[in-house]
Amino acid sequence: MSTPTTAETVKAVVPIIEVRNIGKRYGAINALSGISTSVFAGQVTCVLGDNGAGKSTFIKMLAGSHSPSEGELLLDGKPVTFSSPRAALDVGIATVYQDLAVVPLMPVWRNFFLGSEMTKGWGPFRRLDVKAMKRITNTELANMGIDLRDVDQPIGTLSGGERQCVAIARAVYFGARVLILDEPTAALGVKQSGVVLRYIARSRDKGLGVVFITHNPHHAYPVGDRFLLLNRGTSLGTYEKKDITISELTGLMAGGAELDSLTHELERTLGADSSIVAELQQEVATERPSR
Amino acid sequence: MTTTDIVTVATRRPVEKHPFRRFLARPEIGALVAALAVMIFFSVYTKNFMTLAGAGVWLESASTFGIMAVAVAVLMIGGEFDLSAGVMTGFSALIVGVLTTHYGLSVWVAVFISLVTVLAVGALNGFLVMRTGLPSFIVTLGTFFVLAGIDLALTKAITGQVSIQGMTKVPGYDSIQPLFGASIQIGNGTFYISVLWWFIVTAIATWVLLRTRAGNWVFAVGGAQHSSRQVGVPIMKTKIGLFMTTAGAAWLVGMISLFRTSTVQANTGVGQEFIYIICAVVGGCLLTGGFGSAIGAALGALIYGMVFQGITFAQWDTNWLRTFLGVMLLLAVLLNHWVRLRAGGSK
Repeated sequence: MSTPTTAETVKAVVPIIEVRNIGKRYGAINALSGISTSVFAGQVTCVLGDNGAGKSTFIKMLAGSHSPSEGELLLDGKPVTFSSPRAALDVGIATVYQDLAVVPLMPVWRNFFLGSEMTKGWGPFRRLDVKAMKRITNTELANMGIDLRDVDQPIGTLSGGERQCVAIARAVYFGARVLILDEPTAALGVKQSGVVLRYIARSRDKGLGVVFITHNPHHAYPVGDRFLLLNRGTSLGTYEKKDITISELTGLMAGGAELDSLTHELERTLGADSSIVAELQQEVATERPSR
Repeated sequence: MTTTDIVTVATRRPVEKHPFRRFLARPEIGALVAALAVMIFFSVYTKNFMTLAGAGVWLESASTFGIMAVAVAVLMIGGEFDLSAGVMTGFSALIVGVLTTHYGLSVWVAVFISLVTVLAVGALNGFLVMRTGLPSFIVTLGTFFVLAGIDLALTKAITGQVSIQGMTKVPGYDSIQPLFGASIQIGNGTFYISVLWWFIVTAIATWVLLRTRAGNWVFAVGGAQHSSRQVGVPIMKTKIGLFMTTAGAAWLVGMISLFRTSTVQANTGVGQEFIYIICAVVGGCLLTGGFGSAIGAALGALIYGMVFQGITFAQWDTNWLRTFLGVMLLLAVLLNHWVRLRAGGSK
């Protein structure tokens, strides 16, 4: 993929993060190789792939948990290496993992500020600024369209979608420029996924670069600007939204040829008129986009 | 699945705003109710319980257990146990006893050396737990037995006896004794300074837990250690600090019992570690960590003190005390379990 020159992306000519031919080897096993993509401010880059495609390895390299074995990682156009997740966090790359890093029994506001608590007073009288933290939690969440009735309730009592949003809001508040979201909608139902997707869009509108990892093209397509497809540790390419339709995206993800053989197999066992087979045939019929 | 989610979201109960309901969800509420019940029962049943003399006795009894229960509760909120807490009270007192009566050290210096030594043992507990990743239950069971052996063997080897004698003749004894063993007379009741220490420790622990960063970290490491690490909570520092706090409390209790009775047995404190844990759990601490309160633990110890002395006042067989404690513990755990379900702490 080359640097975009279209009018609507002019404001973000230099990507916040650019990866060039990045790869990771664990001993003799090649987990990931030859991945290139960019993350721009105010845009959502989706990373799509099935289980084992290398999504986790990819984000761990962006987040500083793993260092790449090959290729280059550029931050604001300059090559960087992250020694730890802390180092990535310090330059504004925040990762919200699937387990969200929240403590279920603690109140929402304590979770929001955990590890970066606000204090007032000095010496032995240095104490938490409870009032300010509650107020900020409330306003930060309200700004993002989450109306919590009470920031004092344990975060474990929130719905999965709300918890996800609190975790994202926390990353945004603490100065993230790039937000990496690891499968934020994987465990959620339709309505709650909607809440999270709306939130992703809002973060993007605030000017953050978002990396959205998912295996669901129906979640990725509405909010994504750019789609990186992974399959078994290699890239199937990066597509701009204007170059690809959702059905093409779905077809690519499922892997056209594999889907074809699956259809035939199911046809034998279930019969040609079963609804699953009909659905699969429709998917296969969708033309694969040219690389 | 998706339909269920929407229904769940749509029909979820609104958060209870009612202050009384809020109050009932506090961790220490069970202990408060139980403490009132026990107090009323013995006040009515025996004529000496609710007198100044009686109150002096059961408050004194509750105070030393209270100091330890509060420290153990804070440790439990942080997700760990310390089975060596009981024996450490004897260990700290024996150090002072041996250093002063046998080696003739100044009592102030001995008390200081005792504090440093005990804190080092606490730090070692914490370090071993964090480094090995073994459950603290096992690690501190180990230190418990090591210290229990040292207490007996070293005391006997150095002094030739299994208890410290002649503390009162040690130079400087009178200067330090009031700090840990003073008492005042109110009416016909004797009230020891240990009760004051108990209140101070409970107040500080409550303030630290609810209003400082360290307290926030204690709840966090106990509630979800992995998540805490991800958001940058210093796990190692917090946990080692917790074990050192428990050790420090054990030192305070050791000094209180040493300077009140002016003697210490080589087996002092052995077997009391479980009473501390019971007091903490009765006070609303979850065994799995992340939830509890210092005031609750103090109330748990108050219940223990009142029952312990109340049984004597009622002239019952004191052997029933443990049975009563066991029943209290089971009831408390059931109550906590229910609270946890309500709080929705999913693990």
